[in-house]
Amino acid sequence: MTQPRDGAIVVELPSMLQPYAAGRAEIRLGSPCRTVGDALAAVASLHGGVTDRVMDERGIVRQHVNVFVDGENIRFVAGLETPVDPGSTIVIVPAVSGG
Amino acid sequence: MTEDRQSAPNPGDVVLLVGTMKGAFVLTSDADRREWRTDGPFFRGETVYSLAFDQRGGRNRILAGTQSWHWGSVVRTSDDFGATWTSPERQNVKFPEDSGLALANIWQIRPGPASEPDLVYCGVEPAALFQSRDAGDTWSAVDGLLKHEHRPRWQPGGGGLCLHTIVLDAAEPRRMGVAISTAGFYRTDDGGQSWQPRNHGVRAEFLPDKHPEFGQCVHKVVNHPSRPERLYLQNHWGLYRSDDWGDTWHDIANGVPSDFGFAIEVHPHEPDTVYIIPLESDQFRIVPEAKLRVYRTRDAGETWHPLTEGLPQEGAYETVLRDGLCTDGHRRAGIYFGTRGGKLFGSADAGDTWDEISATLPPIVCVKAGVVGGAA
Repeated sequence: MTQPRDGAIVVELPSMLQPYAAGRAEIRLGSPCRTVGDALAAVASLHGGVTDRVMDERGIVRQHVNVFVDGENIRFVAGLETPVDPGSTIVIVPAVSGG
Repeated sequence: MTEDRQSAPNPGDVVLLVGTMKGAFVLTSDADRREWRTDGPFFRGETVYSLAFDQRGGRNRILAGTQSWHWGSVVRTSDDFGATWTSPERQNVKFPEDSGLALANIWQIRPGPASEPDLVYCGVEPAALFQSRDAGDTWSAVDGLLKHEHRPRWQPGGGGLCLHTIVLDAAEPRRMGVAISTAGFYRTDDGGQSWQPRNHGVRAEFLPDKHPEFGQCVHKVVNHPSRPERLYLQNHWGLYRSDDWGDTWHDIANGVPSDFGFAIEVHPHEPDTVYIIPLESDQFRIVPEAKLRVYRTRDAGETWHPLTEGLPQEGAYETVLRDGLCTDGHRRAGIYFGTRGGKLFGSADAGDTWDEISATLPPIVCVKAGVVGGAA
């Protein structure tokens, strides 16, 4: 997890979401973002199919999806209000759950 | 098991759609219905509670409501018997923002009337009805039910607060019914603008008031196109018939071993012939005496007879869910059901004799059948 030199926020996607981001494994956000919610809104404007699968139509992160900011799960920080800094890496992963 | 299909099914062939906890399967057979080709699983790892085969508008369209444990639910379609599927970029069944609701699952997909080949309905959890006017690509909530005054008092059943059944009137497109666990049965006569509970006579054993206006735990409702006003209802305790589109219901559990169960289906050409698969109590939920029996009535529920030829009659600890029983359109009707144990059974003679089509599928949650090109 190396920080990008250009200060861009990088959103890393699991393979299952890459088809909804034109095949990309990561999305680099050039515009400033204060929180994870800001970053996901920026992703939504680029690739709505990604955020539809990360969040439900109320904008709540789905129960079995985890979002990490620089290694910290946002559930244990401040949820979508978790702050991000220039160069932060946001990782989206399916939770260890299922049937 | 997936392979390139060399040729499409022929007219008269049967398409059997099987939704499981681990994906969907598409089985095809000729009219003899003895040898089956299995394609799938499609949507590996996703639960497929709803499937439909829609032949209106010159299409052979399969619609599937798929649910990913992680990523939510969408409706996907295939026009080539499962060889390829749409993969919607956006969540295509979505509650309006001001509802405060979020889609949990798609329980039912029901093609609309023949006169409107692009109109499709789906029923979802939390309980709501959606409609598509482009044959299943895009969807919108039916406002009259979404904003129903009873909604705050609807309670979820064991499977959640789900709209799992849509019943149409072949003669009157503006009339339809929906069944919600555990809100009961509701009917509209004005194309979905207004909805009235229609549960008079249906007991709610689990409530202090055994005959409330709504709140019944309805499990499934079916009717026949030639006699749409006659409805059959399998309840959480109770087996009922209505002869007036749900205005009144009366008990028809005449001699069945249990009036608890989920699945109920009507014969494609005989409106008085109905099939059920009773379960022992709401606690155990296994076929009574561990005997796998389908009960058939040919007099609209006055008498019922067990069908057992070819079905295991000992040690069968099986459960069949509400959409796990269906019929095809052939004159000599095919009847099919799938179990939570992953077994798929079929009868090519209206239930007189049965064959085990598969014994090793994942847990089956829905089975739907159709005849390519219509009944032969």
